[in-house]
Amino acid sequence: MNDSMPTDSDYQTSTETSSANGFDVRNLDRRWIFLVMGFSVAIPMLMGLVFPEEPSQEVLDVFDTVENLEDGSKVLMAYDYDPASKGELEPMAAAFVRHCAEKKHKLYFITLWPAAVPMLQKNIAILNREYPEYTYGEDYVNLGFRPGQEGVIKVIVTDIKKLYANDVDGTDLNELSMTANLKNIQSMDLIINVSAGTPGAKEWVQYAATTYDIKMVAGVTGVGYTPLVPYVPKQLAGILGAIKAAAEYEEAVLLEYPQLRKNPATQEALRKMGPQLVAHMLIIGLIIAGNVIYFTDRKRGVS
Amino acid sequence: MKRTVPLVIAAFTGFVLIVSYFIPYAQSWGEEAMIWFDILAAVAFVLGGGNLLKTHLQKISNRRAGWGFSLITISAFLITLGIGLAKMGVHPAEKFPEFAWSGDYLSQSSGFGWIYDFVYLPLAATMFSLLAFFIASAAFRAFRAKNTEAMILLGTAFIVLFGRTHAGIYVSQPVVDWLTAISGAEAGSLAGLRLDRITSTITSVFILAGNRAITIGIALGIVSLSLKVLLGVDRSYLGSEE
Repeated sequence: MNDSMPTDSDYQTSTETSSANGFDVRNLDRRWIFLVMGFSVAIPMLMGLVFPEEPSQEVLDVFDTVENLEDGSKVLMAYDYDPASKGELEPMAAAFVRHCAEKKHKLYFITLWPAAVPMLQKNIAILNREYPEYTYGEDYVNLGFRPGQEGVIKVIVTDIKKLYANDVDGTDLNELSMTANLKNIQSMDLIINVSAGTPGAKEWVQYAATTYDIKMVAGVTGVGYTPLVPYVPKQLAGILGAIKAAAEYEEAVLLEYPQLRKNPATQEALRKMGPQLVAHMLIIGLIIAGNVIYFTDRKRGVS
Repeated sequence: MKRTVPLVIAAFTGFVLIVSYFIPYAQSWGEEAMIWFDILAAVAFVLGGGNLLKTHLQKISNRRAGWGFSLITISAFLITLGIGLAKMGVHPAEKFPEFAWSGDYLSQSSGFGWIYDFVYLPLAATMFSLLAFFIASAAFRAFRAKNTEAMILLGTAFIVLFGRTHAGIYVSQPVVDWLTAISGAEAGSLAGLRLDRITSTITSVFILAGNRAITIGIALGIVSLSLKVLLGVDRSYLGSEE
């Protein structure tokens, strides 16, 4: 924690000052702000507040890349995120799975993060639940995790079976029809990477997509978005940044495949935009309030 | 010897990888080096576990400040490791019903899966979520328009905060419509003035330019540092001399 952060004694001093001089907004106990922030997220979520979303060009670039592939294309689903980023990244990861399933793409799930294996399973559960025609080993395969970070990419891009002799359940890849003749990931038509950090989208771009000219799109967290922007459109066909882009992507998928709209799980990111809107407005309000106090004090000559 | 051997290994492997990248004939050398790297990375997990135990046991033994947290860390580590390795609660896989441990260690019935779903997942998500509360507090206490730079930052923050929600369209669309009406411009021609579109412009112009410069700078720095490491000029990665 930062040293400059207020400590418990600061709270106490602040509370004492307030009680001695009446309510003073300058010494507002930050726990009130926490409480208001908690309500501003919880209430819209409980009320199911949803706003219309219009897919932006950036999101449509990602959508079109997946959509314009021929049905049944080979797609590497590289999901590199853990529970800390689940709230932000899972909706777009799920939207990618549904979109690919609608296109009947062959999906190869893989991760470079040890804590992401259950995340892969949660996404695969979508296929099991909503696309029962998807058969394991024929339409999708779970390759799971291997240690080595970007080292894994550097190996599988030339010879996948040097590192992946088996799938996540220990089944020999030569026994599965979709991996029996798979030499390396250069034969993939697209890499979809959902990433919360390192190793993630940047490493997939550097060691696979750019070096071997494999088409790639990525979905990343808000803070991970800006460093990847220079890779678009050459190295990356498109990026989804944070929950807003996920909501727009969901909307794009729903516009193309309206039959999905009856499944509430397809609108997870759209539902999260309600709390995001209220929380953003609260932050704007707090910034304005803080500045009004600052300038009023400055005018009065209070330091 | 303790420093020379790792230095030689690092330099040799580094040069093999460079050669394998530029000379197709040597490509398989690079693959071999990376396989070794991946094997070592797997072993590093064991070393990491050992180091974690050593550090925290020392702290507990010396009763250093915060030793109670070390006790919790070690307990959590050993319990999770034990449950995971013993595959507690795992049912045999359908393909191999005669082998008790053939099931998935992360299955819903497994103890490891339970720890992941009901301990690790909520704890990790909670830690990340706390950011929202600290940002709100910082917004009130620290974000002041004290000078021109701060004002530009503040203005950009407002645009992005609005633009990343439906409020951006809700607030700016009537203004755009009004501007279109009074200027007699073609419908839709001023849509770029909507806050969500301005947010996109900030990303695709200003952020792009800044990040390209940073990325190129970092890349040049990496090249320089890598050469220093490969030639043995920079030995800091080997730790102290002791």
